Amino acid sequence: MAGTESRLFDITFLDMLACQESPVHRLDARAKVLTTFIFVVVVASFDKYAVVSLLPLFLFPLVLVVQARLPYGFLGKRLLLVAPFALMVGAFNPLLDQQTQLLLGTFAVTGGWLSFLSILLRFTLTVGMALVLIAVTSFPGICNAIDKLGAPRVFALQLLFLYRYIFVLGEEARRMVRARSLRSFHGRGNGLKVYGALLTQLLWRTIERAQRVHKAMLSRGFVGTVPLLQMKRFTWQDGAFVGLWCGFFIAVRILSGSAELQVWVAELLK
Amino acid sequence: MHMADALLSPQVGGVFWVAAAGTIAVCSRKLKSDPDDSRIPLMGVLGAFVFAAQMINFTIPATGSSGHLGGGLLLAALLGPSAAFLTIASVLVVQALFFADGGLLALGCNIFNLGFFPAFLAYPFIFKPLTGTRPSRKRLFWASLLAALVALQLGSLGVVAQTSWSGIAALPFTSFLLVMQPIHLAIGLVEGLVTAVVVGLIWNGQPELLRLSTARSAAPVAGRRKLVVALLSVAVLVGGVFSWYASAQPDGLEWSIQQVTGQEELAHSQPPVHGLLAALQEKLAFLPDYGFADLSEMEDGSLQSRSGTSLSGILGAGLTLLLALLFGLAARKRPHRS
Repeated sequence: MAGTESRLFDITFLDMLACQESPVHRLDARAKVLTTFIFVVVVASFDKYAVVSLLPLFLFPLVLVVQARLPYGFLGKRLLLVAPFALMVGAFNPLLDQQTQLLLGTFAVTGGWLSFLSILLRFTLTVGMALVLIAVTSFPGICNAIDKLGAPRVFALQLLFLYRYIFVLGEEARRMVRARSLRSFHGRGNGLKVYGALLTQLLWRTIERAQRVHKAMLSRGFVGTVPLLQMKRFTWQDGAFVGLWCGFFIAVRILSGSAELQVWVAELLK
Repeated sequence: MHMADALLSPQVGGVFWVAAAGTIAVCSRKLKSDPDDSRIPLMGVLGAFVFAAQMINFTIPATGSSGHLGGGLLLAALLGPSAAFLTIASVLVVQALFFADGGLLALGCNIFNLGFFPAFLAYPFIFKPLTGTRPSRKRLFWASLLAALVALQLGSLGVVAQTSWSGIAALPFTSFLLVMQPIHLAIGLVEGLVTAVVVGLIWNGQPELLRLSTARSAAPVAGRRKLVVALLSVAVLVGGVFSWYASAQPDGLEWSIQQVTGQEELAHSQPPVHGLLAALQEKLAFLPDYGFADLSEMEDGSLQSRSGTSLSGILGAGLTLLLALLFGLAARKRPHRS
């Protein structure tokens, strides 16, 4: 788990980015969710040794980042923070797969190094794109989109509720942690016993809050379903965004499999 | 630990996406027909609670590291399996989008690993039977600890299996398993302990919050069906996990055939179905002849195989316990029915 307090800050910051105004922000959330999903599947579908053929796909996140004026530093830092797992598992590839796959002049590149590089690129593309998606769409936008795309209403509602109360309960947890550390000397009282009591206290407050929320909902006419705000219409711009980008991904994927291109790239590398 | 997009093939990712989406759909339908609509805000707020709870941590004595709540099993104990599954899934969606934990394609795998196992295996088949119809504080403690531990072990087994099915990482199944399971045994112990302490405190303060009373309402037929499902899943696990640890030495039967005929296996004309199945098995087996041979060539074999044996011991003990528990449960329930 990455730094606890910074997590709340990250959500707030990404939220702020999502409130900006840009051509990408104005697109329909469904278009962005769909395109991102197809993008991730296309990235995953590449051969395990694909390195050069993955590079053209960077165009999509980069264009979005530039168009939406997202801060590179923040995205890069987030990527580095979550990298360890993919890195650790991928790091064994160069050790285990020693077969030569590529000759750069006289320098032999083993399959392991290629697939390790490929894992790093895949990681950057997929995880980076998830962050870009939320930074240009906003979480409520995504919930609305998946509701419209056919996800069960109860689940979309659950996501919206969760999102709404992360801030409230996060603040509460932060106050508790601060209170505990102000009363703790030489790390005393940081053990399991006090922790359990704190957690249970937070849980009770949470449940009480849920009961109040439920009463408030009932008094505002809640009958088991919550109507979600209507989204704007899916315009031709949205359709063009999905069509053009997905066409691009699929073209890159098909061309990467063609023999001539591979020969051409190999020539270029020599 | 979260599965990552970078290690996942679209086929494996797709299968688990469909599985996760299907389970979400079924759980949503179940909740829709539930007359108690106060559970909807409770689910949302408890999901946020899991986040908030992860901001608080405690010092683990003598290690200098710290632990926090995992959440899956606690949610199941407070909400029941379906609502808990949806809540865990929503937490994972937020984590995938905001904190880039895992990724979007891996979301299906993560929902399955961290949601399905605690809500639909550990909770109904370990936690509930162990707490029984007359829960005590001690019973609750051990039930929570064991259920959280087993759920996490299954989750990490899921990550290992999904990684090796995808074939993007070159790490062999067994050695990855040998790294992941012990690490998650430690994490699971800490998380299980936290869950047990919190469940105990809830039991002291507001026991009605724990969904324990519903344990009795299950119809006997449903109970028996559950038991069959449980035994089947245990059988799959035993078959899936133990076969990899089988000894590389010929077993008793093979040894005797060898002694009698001088061959390791009997030569005989194979009927076509047998040949087909053998070919199929060869294709499906990730570790023909147990994979330990590869390992010993590559690294220090003795160390690896020893840790393999001890791990199989741990897993074996755990599974035997589970099995014994289920048999015990079956035996205890029978007199009530007749």
